[in-house]
Amino acid sequence: MSQPSMSEALRGVIRRDLLLAMRHRSDVAMSVFFVVIVASLFPLGVGPESAVLRVIASGVLWVTALLACLLSLGRLFTADYLDGVLEQTLLIPQPLAVLVVGKVFSHWVISGLPVVLLSPLLGLQFGLSGDSLWVLTLSLLLGTPTLSMIGAIGAALTLGLRGSGLLVALLVLPLFIPVLIFGAGAVTNSLAGIGSEANLSLLGACFLFSFAFAPWATAVALRIALE
Amino acid sequence: MSGTGINWFKYSSPQALYPLAGRMIPWFAALALGLIGVGLYVGFFVAPTDVTQGDAYRIIFVHVPAAWMSMFLYVIMAIWAGLGLGLNARPSFMMAQAIAPTGAMFTFLALFTGSMWGKPTWGAWWVWDARLTSELILLFQYIGIILLRSSIDDLRRADRASAVLALVGVINVPIIYFSVRWWNTLHQGASVSITAAPTMAGTMVTAMLVMMFGFWMYSIAVTLARMRCVIVERERHPSWGKQASMPDAVEAR
Amino acid sequence: MQWGSLAEFFAMGGYGLYVWPSFGVTALCMGGEVFAVWRRHAAAAGSRDES
Repeated sequence: MSQPSMSEALRGVIRRDLLLAMRHRSDVAMSVFFVVIVASLFPLGVGPESAVLRVIASGVLWVTALLACLLSLGRLFTADYLDGVLEQTLLIPQPLAVLVVGKVFSHWVISGLPVVLLSPLLGLQFGLSGDSLWVLTLSLLLGTPTLSMIGAIGAALTLGLRGSGLLVALLVLPLFIPVLIFGAGAVTNSLAGIGSEANLSLLGACFLFSFAFAPWATAVALRIALE
Repeated sequence: MSGTGINWFKYSSPQALYPLAGRMIPWFAALALGLIGVGLYVGFFVAPTDVTQGDAYRIIFVHVPAAWMSMFLYVIMAIWAGLGLGLNARPSFMMAQAIAPTGAMFTFLALFTGSMWGKPTWGAWWVWDARLTSELILLFQYIGIILLRSSIDDLRRADRASAVLALVGVINVPIIYFSVRWWNTLHQGASVSITAAPTMAGTMVTAMLVMMFGFWMYSIAVTLARMRCVIVERERHPSWGKQASMPDAVEAR
Repeated sequence: MQWGSLAEFFAMGGYGLYVWPSFGVTALCMGGEVFAVWRRHAAAAGSRDES
């Protein structure tokens, strides 16, 4: 049997993970509902003044997306770790980082993309309109893959540890902060009419940087965890 | 017989470090005491009262050195962690482990003294300015590294996992440093930079720098002392024997 | 010497409430750290001698 090429291996990982996710559709639905519920709590807590809601919208929605990503990080490697697939994966001749990219991509499709698609609706709830609604969606589209990428490092580092759910939050949240600042800042700037190009390009830079760096770090962390 | 010989050889690195560190600690401790003493004297009795900030500015004699050490120690910790990963050298990991608590303490001190300085200067205990915020994130990172290490029982994995986390987090340190330029906020620019020097009287800078060196020497002394604790504790750790039996080519130098 | 009296020194031009806690907490933390490391070493080395 000839060895599959790198892109074939990548596609294989993505197809497998997405298929598995389709079998547990309630997991995907849960993270979507989580975002909707958390986002709906804020107006109830803060009050219905649309001026206030518009100001806090970007921050609230971004923090919600961040938490949704965080909550689903546990699923990234744990199932494969428990049934031994991950250990087999380490033996595959393709670079582990490439397979990590595949797993992170499917994680983003399952947990990040639904939030991005939902964000215009949530933005409407908070009284955002027109331009800023698009900026919000665009910033989440650029930012959530970065969150998944960074989160994968934390998930790999805490693989199989007791209380890893809380620990991964403590490790990863500080690393999320630049993305949060640039992402929420883009929406705030667009609301203020300053223009959000600078923030969006910084978000893009964060994405490229994490794309170049995080899969490799995750691969190292996975090898350490499984040694 | 040959077995014990190999064992001794493998222990040699930490075993040699233990007395070496013990000999170095008194020197660095004495230097630290002397420098901090001189720094306090110059800071309180020689440096004049600041024209705009009054005597509240004297807080910078602890604030700036603490902030500087918090970042510097993080970088040094990350370098040791990287060396440990790259060379598979156990003493490097021990150094990284020994530095983390001191770094966390200086980060806390930088935040505390910063808020003490902020209250009279800005009128608020806490301001969400870029540098304070990044310093807070730095504290979170230190705590994360310490917690990650303590929640892994296997020493080998604990060393490596916290090293990876330290290296990933080191990206944050330049963000801290350059954040002043990235986001405009209330905080005054880096007050030690050479171009900004004329804003501070010469004796003020002297006192600050002397305190900085004092804190630096203190960090070395206390880190070495903690390193000795780590060496002794690992010797007794259940997984020590297991670890020593693993091939450790670099340490057999 | 710019301080006329000891009281003036402790008042720090009205900022004593901010200056002294800063230095005090710093001293406390550093001293505490030295003490903690000393205790840790005594505990570790002590139990090593017993075994």
